[in-house]
Amino acid sequence: MIEFKRVNKYYGAHHVLRDVTMTVSRGEVVVVCGPSGSGKSTLIKCVNALEPYQGGHILVDGIDVASKARSATHLRRRVGMVFQNFELYPHLSVIDNICLAQRVVLKRQAEEARERAWRLLDRVGLKDKAAAYPMNLSGGQQQRIAIARALALDPEVMLFDEPTSALDPEMINEVLDVMTSLAADGMTMMVVTHEMGFARRVASRVVFMDMGEVVEDCSTDEFFSHPQSRSDRAQLFLNKILSH
Amino acid sequence: MPDYSLILRNASFLFDGLLLSLTLTLVGVIGGLAVGTALTLVRQFTGVIGNRVVDAYVFVFRAIPLLLVIFWFYFMVPLILGRPVGAWTSAIVAFTLFEGAYYSEILRAGLKSVRAGQLNAALASGMSRAQALRYVIFPQAFAAVIPIFLTQAIILFQDTSLVFVVSLHDFLTATTIIANRDGRLIEAYAFACLVYYLICLAATAGVEKLKRTFAR
Repeated sequence: MIEFKRVNKYYGAHHVLRDVTMTVSRGEVVVVCGPSGSGKSTLIKCVNALEPYQGGHILVDGIDVASKARSATHLRRRVGMVFQNFELYPHLSVIDNICLAQRVVLKRQAEEARERAWRLLDRVGLKDKAAAYPMNLSGGQQQRIAIARALALDPEVMLFDEPTSALDPEMINEVLDVMTSLAADGMTMMVVTHEMGFARRVASRVVFMDMGEVVEDCSTDEFFSHPQSRSDRAQLFLNKILSH
Repeated sequence: MPDYSLILRNASFLFDGLLLSLTLTLVGVIGGLAVGTALTLVRQFTGVIGNRVVDAYVFVFRAIPLLLVIFWFYFMVPLILGRPVGAWTSAIVAFTLFEGAYYSEILRAGLKSVRAGQLNAALASGMSRAQALRYVIFPQAFAAVIPIFLTQAIILFQDTSLVFVVSLHDFLTATTIIANRDGRLIEAYAFACLVYYLICLAATAGVEKLKRTFAR
């Protein structure tokens, strides 16, 4: 579904991604973790061409992200994305947030778009907020709407860029619950997160990045059950975030 | 002894002046917004060269007083076109181009106030850059600067008095004419202040209403 082949990226002289090679297969949930500045958010933004990269290849459905064979807009229709800061459109109501791209990108009729939006609002448990504006919702509610907004375009893959790190602790679970049910439905997901509980329960694979490199790439079971066989850097990271 | 009867006696003359001022303001705001938006689109879609051209445009119109812009359009445009265009047309063109420079700068500040993540979110959902600007970025940018647009419109309304250089009778010019003729400067200018004040009050109320519907 997504293949990274020796991907390299630089910000000027700063080498942010170093020979990243990994695969996300259809139906898999891959959690990418690592210390801040390790390049994980940058990596995920390369998948839907929000960030350019300078070396290597990223293939989505076998077609190179950087190739001219498919436009960026066409690629992005198949890849949904959820951001750390939700990025709901503040000037639109919840239902209009979910309908906008359906209307202008997929050219759906208003009726069809609204019906789709209602079903998704029901799914994330926020049907009663359809007419509300984002500023009147909690962070957890906003993020659930943002997930619904991405799902409305029927993506084949969902990218999550630290979806819970801007949330107050009591709201994290409501978002993770939605993501868990999405995974249970067989959605292909690439998730940048520090939520190791979520990774343990839901992920099929865990990738650990540090300083732009993939340091660990193994099954969830392997990653958590045998910490002593992990690299020093991964152990150090896990000790830091699991110690309390 | 103050005598305000000159206001009533010259009501229609003053009203014509007021109408000219208001019309010119309306045309200046609409034309200025159109030019300002066009300049902003040039900035968004044409890269470095387009940006330089817009920078130069803005710089020129900010450097020259509006009075001189009106004056030069009145005298220069006929030289280029080979025929006179009239005071009214040249005033409209001058106001539109001049206000366009200011509106493009205001809009630029508005665009800066929209978080970068909003563009990413729109692009990530498959929108083109143009769609993202139209449906996501511009509505937020406009809403953010509505109060500054209003301030600019009020300044513009007051600046309509500058059209006296091309012999148009705006409200203040009309007031000055009757004030001097009848020797009633205090009364005439007191009345002018009241009118400017009331119009500013009305415009502010209107924009407050606009803001409530616009800026969610």
